[in-house]
Amino acid sequence: MANVATAVEPGRRRKGVSAVVSAVLRFVVVGAVTFLGLLTVTFFIGRVVPIDPVLAIVGDRASASAVAAARQQYGLDLPLWQQFALYLKKALTGDFGTSVLSSNPVMQDILRVFPATLELATAGTLIGLFFGIPLGVLAAVKRDSLIDQIVRVIGLVGYSIPIFWLGLMGLLIFYAKLDWVAGPGRIDIAYEYTFTPITGLFLFDAAIQGEWAAFADIFSHIILPASLLGYFSMAYISRMTRSFMLNELAQEYIVAARAKGLRETRIIWGHALRNAAVPLVTVIALSYATLLEGSVLTETIFAWPGIGMYLTNSLQNADMNAVLGGTIVIGTVFIGLNLFADLLYRLLDPRTRA
Amino acid sequence: MTLLRIEDLSIRFPTRTGDIEAVRDISFSVGRERLAIVGESGSGKSQTGRAILGLTPAFAQVTAKRLEFDGIDLLKATPRLRRDLRGKRIAMILQDPKYSLNPVMRIGRQIVEALRAHENVGTREARERTLDMLAAVQIRDPARVFDLYPHEVSGGMGQRAMIAMMLIAGPELLIADEPTSALDVTVQLDILAILDRLVAERGMGLIFISHDLRLVSSFCDRVIVMYAGRVVEEIAASELSRAKHPYTQGLLNCMPSIDADRHPLPTLERRPEWLL
Repeated sequence: MANVATAVEPGRRRKGVSAVVSAVLRFVVVGAVTFLGLLTVTFFIGRVVPIDPVLAIVGDRASASAVAAARQQYGLDLPLWQQFALYLKKALTGDFGTSVLSSNPVMQDILRVFPATLELATAGTLIGLFFGIPLGVLAAVKRDSLIDQIVRVIGLVGYSIPIFWLGLMGLLIFYAKLDWVAGPGRIDIAYEYTFTPITGLFLFDAAIQGEWAAFADIFSHIILPASLLGYFSMAYISRMTRSFMLNELAQEYIVAARAKGLRETRIIWGHALRNAAVPLVTVIALSYATLLEGSVLTETIFAWPGIGMYLTNSLQNADMNAVLGGTIVIGTVFIGLNLFADLLYRLLDPRTRA
Repeated sequence: MTLLRIEDLSIRFPTRTGDIEAVRDISFSVGRERLAIVGESGSGKSQTGRAILGLTPAFAQVTAKRLEFDGIDLLKATPRLRRDLRGKRIAMILQDPKYSLNPVMRIGRQIVEALRAHENVGTREARERTLDMLAAVQIRDPARVFDLYPHEVSGGMGQRAMIAMMLIAGPELLIADEPTSALDVTVQLDILAILDRLVAERGMGLIFISHDLRLVSSFCDRVIVMYAGRVVEEIAASELSRAKHPYTQGLLNCMPSIDADRHPLPTLERRPEWLL
């Protein structure tokens, strides 16, 4: 009997390893194909928009020979497929050309603005998770109670009030009137020249350098826009948590869990939420991805130098390199988060593991 | 010795269009014996089982002149006491293991959890006792099944795990709510044999809820027939052929027999006066 058991074990382990390898491989292939699709689509968008990239660089008073020279310099005289090949090669090495507006390489610009969005979106999502999940669970458990009504109202408000209005009201009340938080921007001018960003995530940078005064100032700047995004994220997450939980609480395994005499808290948080977490992962990842695209309205109101504002600016100035580069970066983040959600999904639900 | 005593139990579900009376003034008692509750769907047999465990939905109204388990008044018992009774002294097996086992939790953990809800045992001992229990429901390779998820086992195996989960804390009364209806006919007999042996060995009382009269008559000592929330007949299983109520007779008549060639097979009659 013991011999049989030990003979079985290595086989099972090998099967487990090969399953992981094949899962990872599948992820790489899916990710690569989607990424290639993203590059192709952005390339053709770049071709069809009625903006002449050469004109944007040399200006509308340049001579015909200057235009031709620029055209040659940027490879725009080549056949389309060669242009596409060149585009792929450069995009894969992270070279999106030079921004017309800032005259920096686009990648450098994005590396500067993206961390600002990343920090804000992460703070917002964390706030949304921290309040949204418990609220949703309680609303489902105490259905039609006061807390359920509150969650519904929060959801309704989050659904119907425009974010820019709430943002302006927030600034008016908490910054202008009460002076509880700092105003627009990421950091006060007093710290702007003494503070050295490392990762671009200011809270993190200040913490690892022990710059606690700067940390407090950065915190005071981020708390209002992050709460705002967090509120909308919370409204969405709590609504989805509530509906997933209602679905799980009606299942037979909950009756079985009660029949074996488990505590209600254990049934709710250990059994029902553990099952509701499976679809929730996708919802949360998508909501996070939406915030990572950069919320243009929030970034504009709070003068937050993030990717949403960068893209809007570039678009208004016909800075095609910057727009395409930004789009590719956002698209890549989106693909990455989706793959990550898929991976988590597999971890949480044994039935999806092939 | 009587374990459970029920007098005039009623279960009402208030709805917008008026109350629905799922169970109406039923009375019976169970000792350490096998009692079958038979009836068609909607007759109130499952709700009766759930009311005994205190698993009736909160919005429903449960009333009874007497609802006693081993001298404990269940209707006056605190929620805490009722929870302690569940699993520890009264347990329930549900119909379909595909839905009644938590899909994202390993089978072993679900059984361990049932044990540790009632007994303060260490991880090692809990595991040992779970493996013993899995062996007791005739699972050949308990250590392997312990680490499997519910979707990785067959229906018969899942129902064995369910029985193990519900018996591990040693209940005195077991309510089996159609425990074999979702299973293949060949597996049904295995599961019944396991239940039969464990109930006898442990001297438990069993309430076997089913719609299968023939199965019940061979497996149980006593049969209660329910119709529209009422008990219409209570009879010893061996005397089922002498049932008096026309509904029971109708049920029995509907069963085809292999020796007798009966055409057409009688259909079930439902007279409105039985609803009163």
